[in-house]
Amino acid sequence: MSTLLALARLRAMRDGTAQRITTVRHCHVAERPMVFIPLKLAGEAAAPLGAMVGTDPGHPRLLVVPQPRNRDLRFAFAGELAEVLLPYIESFQKATETVEKKGGEPYERCLDAPQIVVPNRPAVAFTGLLGRSTRFRRVDGPHPVHPSVPLLGRWLTYFADRAAQPGSSLLLAATEALGAHWATGQSGLEDANLAALMGWIDPPAGMSGRRAAEEAEDPLLWPPAGPATDPGFDNEVLGPAIRAYEDAPTARAVERITQALRTQLEPTWRLMWRAVELLRALPEGSRVRDRWEADRGSFTRFVERLAEGGPPQARRDGAVSAAARLAGLERARAGYDVQRAYDDPLVMAEYRLTGEAFAGVVTSAEPEHFEGEGRSRKLRPLITVRTEDPVRLAPGTVLGSPDRKGHGAEVVGLAGDEITLKIVKGMGRGRTPAPGAVPEPGERVCYTSLTDDFQTSAALPDPEQTPWTHGGPPEEYVPSDDDAREEWE
Amino acid sequence: MNRLDRLRGPVPPRAHDARALAALAANPGCARRALMDAAGVDKDGTARHLGFPAPFGQSQFAITRGNVFEALVKENGCAELLRLLRELLGLPIDQVGYQDVETVGSHLRASHTRTLIDRAARELDAAVFYDHPMLSLQIAGHTAYLEPDVLAFQLGGRFHIVEIKSFSVIDGQAEPEKVAAAARQAAVYVLALRALMADLGHDPERVSHDVVLVCPENFANRPTASLVDVRRQLAVLKRQLVRMTRVDRLLEGLPPELTFSLEPDDEGVPTRSARELAEALGRVPARYAPDCLSTCDMCMFCRDEARACGSTDLLGRQVRDQLGGVSGAAEALGLAEGTIVPGEGQEEIARVLRLANRLREECLR
Repeated sequence: MSTLLALARLRAMRDGTAQRITTVRHCHVAERPMVFIPLKLAGEAAAPLGAMVGTDPGHPRLLVVPQPRNRDLRFAFAGELAEVLLPYIESFQKATETVEKKGGEPYERCLDAPQIVVPNRPAVAFTGLLGRSTRFRRVDGPHPVHPSVPLLGRWLTYFADRAAQPGSSLLLAATEALGAHWATGQSGLEDANLAALMGWIDPPAGMSGRRAAEEAEDPLLWPPAGPATDPGFDNEVLGPAIRAYEDAPTARAVERITQALRTQLEPTWRLMWRAVELLRALPEGSRVRDRWEADRGSFTRFVERLAEGGPPQARRDGAVSAAARLAGLERARAGYDVQRAYDDPLVMAEYRLTGEAFAGVVTSAEPEHFEGEGRSRKLRPLITVRTEDPVRLAPGTVLGSPDRKGHGAEVVGLAGDEITLKIVKGMGRGRTPAPGAVPEPGERVCYTSLTDDFQTSAALPDPEQTPWTHGGPPEEYVPSDDDAREEWE
Repeated sequence: MNRLDRLRGPVPPRAHDARALAALAANPGCARRALMDAAGVDKDGTARHLGFPAPFGQSQFAITRGNVFEALVKENGCAELLRLLRELLGLPIDQVGYQDVETVGSHLRASHTRTLIDRAARELDAAVFYDHPMLSLQIAGHTAYLEPDVLAFQLGGRFHIVEIKSFSVIDGQAEPEKVAAAARQAAVYVLALRALMADLGHDPERVSHDVVLVCPENFANRPTASLVDVRRQLAVLKRQLVRMTRVDRLLEGLPPELTFSLEPDDEGVPTRSARELAEALGRVPARYAPDCLSTCDMCMFCRDEARACGSTDLLGRQVRDQLGGVSGAAEALGLAEGTIVPGEGQEEIARVLRLANRLREECLR
């Protein structure tokens, strides 16, 4: 939390309405996302109770488990969910592009990828658990399930894993995506309530955000966005309806539960699509495309892995894969932070506040300044920038700028509110700088010590070479009947 | 009449459980909660009467599942638990005694537990499960009775606290918040049992800091046990209990006739108006934090109060930390916008806030 964000929250609190904390959108919003709102039975780890899912705001598909403790009904639910989700995912696998890779084999990448939007973080976790409880199931042997069930499990696991990747938009949690773009006048804890958060951002006409958020806390007006249900609903509506189904599992009893769940899911369904609309309306940051490209690449690799018949994802990572995953997440986090700052002056302002970046006006420029003699004589244009920002950058620090791609500079010295830089990168190959490569006097510029330089992956041994200090080579996964027999009660 | 009894009024005091104590330790600076707990005031009833009921409901499904699981672990004299502990602790035991402390009347349970623990501490080899024990702990100058659904198990002279929870452990992992809450709660029991041991003249260190957490495994109802080291939670708890403002100090300066009484009329409705009660509560300062929303029955009332005075507490600790001790939202905004002249010691935070304000304006123009 930076002082800038704290200030935005204070303003939201005073004005009673949410405040923008970015100038652009930092996540991808697909043309045709799939909204998925799962509900689970209270007290159980991963007992699905129902879900509302679909790509058409006007036609949600409502899935219901009339007795969530019944194993067969759970698998029937998984089968139905697969019927909705798998065709959607498959629809992106056909159209691909060939990507030329420098110094490598060209490869195929899907032109677009699926995007699933769930209400909140717990829904992401539940998606992962649903994946965990279905991906090891077998289509033959004891307790056979429909082939779509284990496939669904692997996809759900993939999406939930990918959601941990900073900057990925394959599986979005609405509260997090909204919270990354707006600050409310309540605490982060309260922002986890989708209806309250949406109340601050998009209150009904004539109502303040604060008032709308207060109203949203009433579970009778705004049922929780799941996966946990309102305890009052459980005790007064759902409990009796499930008991009635137990006494007589008729179509009427199922209909009663269906209607009950519809009342809990429909308000959230509308909120979710409104959230998608709000996010879509924000102008897209210029590096969002690159990150979505990485998502498409990841999606394509997983499609290939499935096609090659690879085993389901392990229950736990081995030492090497865990280290690789962690290193990947750290790189993604660092890259995502830098990219957001480069895309968005309001995010960059946080670094200006701490002195890691500054913005100002060029007061003088010496575009044809050279350093060194003879063969080592190099073009090193000098510029001086006047800034009001509290710069904390030592001479010699390498800087980048969001204004010019490939542009690099180095701090020469600071004097009062003026800072002198020499340009070291991005001037072209000529004896004089390429046109526009050196900022001109009067131009407004921004520089930062933040750079998104390519970091090489940590050198890790092959899994078979895992040292004994890390438990030795992991056991290879062999599918067994135990997996199929695993209880899910 | 005792001051605390007057605070509570002519209604029976509320018993504390370990969860309440753990929550109290989480916000030790809250004088309101400390006093209400010390006096045994019914916080839930108070909040309801004030028109600010806490949003804590428990689903019948969760309760049923919890009960079923606990019964499963405890059935046949804790046979399943014995199997788990044998595997977990590698114990060569084939027989364990079982003592249900609940067989005596509730008023005798604490002293009965005391007698049983004393006897067990003298007989080193008797492995016994104690079901429904009752422990006591001195909190800020008063005695709190703890009724764990938990069992103390002793073998080879070591006592273990066993905590049964119905959240699942999936592939060796459980939700961190739930494990943390269970560990905090178990730490209260360890502390209470150690206090009892010390009181009886035994070595308190004979109560292990490793508690046994029993949870359902994966997606089934089959229990699995793991050891959780609660040394850190114990240290925190002890420090907080010592630091916790002493009740006598809190009572100082309060009018002697002050009461939070919920004395009911014939219909069971408190005779006092909600407004009067709210005024009385207002005499004792609360320290609201968003975390209260998941731990304290009074949370909605205190949040409303914090809203009325525009406190930055509402936005959470992370925001407060950025404001360098400026507690009012209006004050912080005034400093940022330059409409308030910074007081002594506020120059630095005012400078940062003004800069932040300028940057925001510049970027959103």
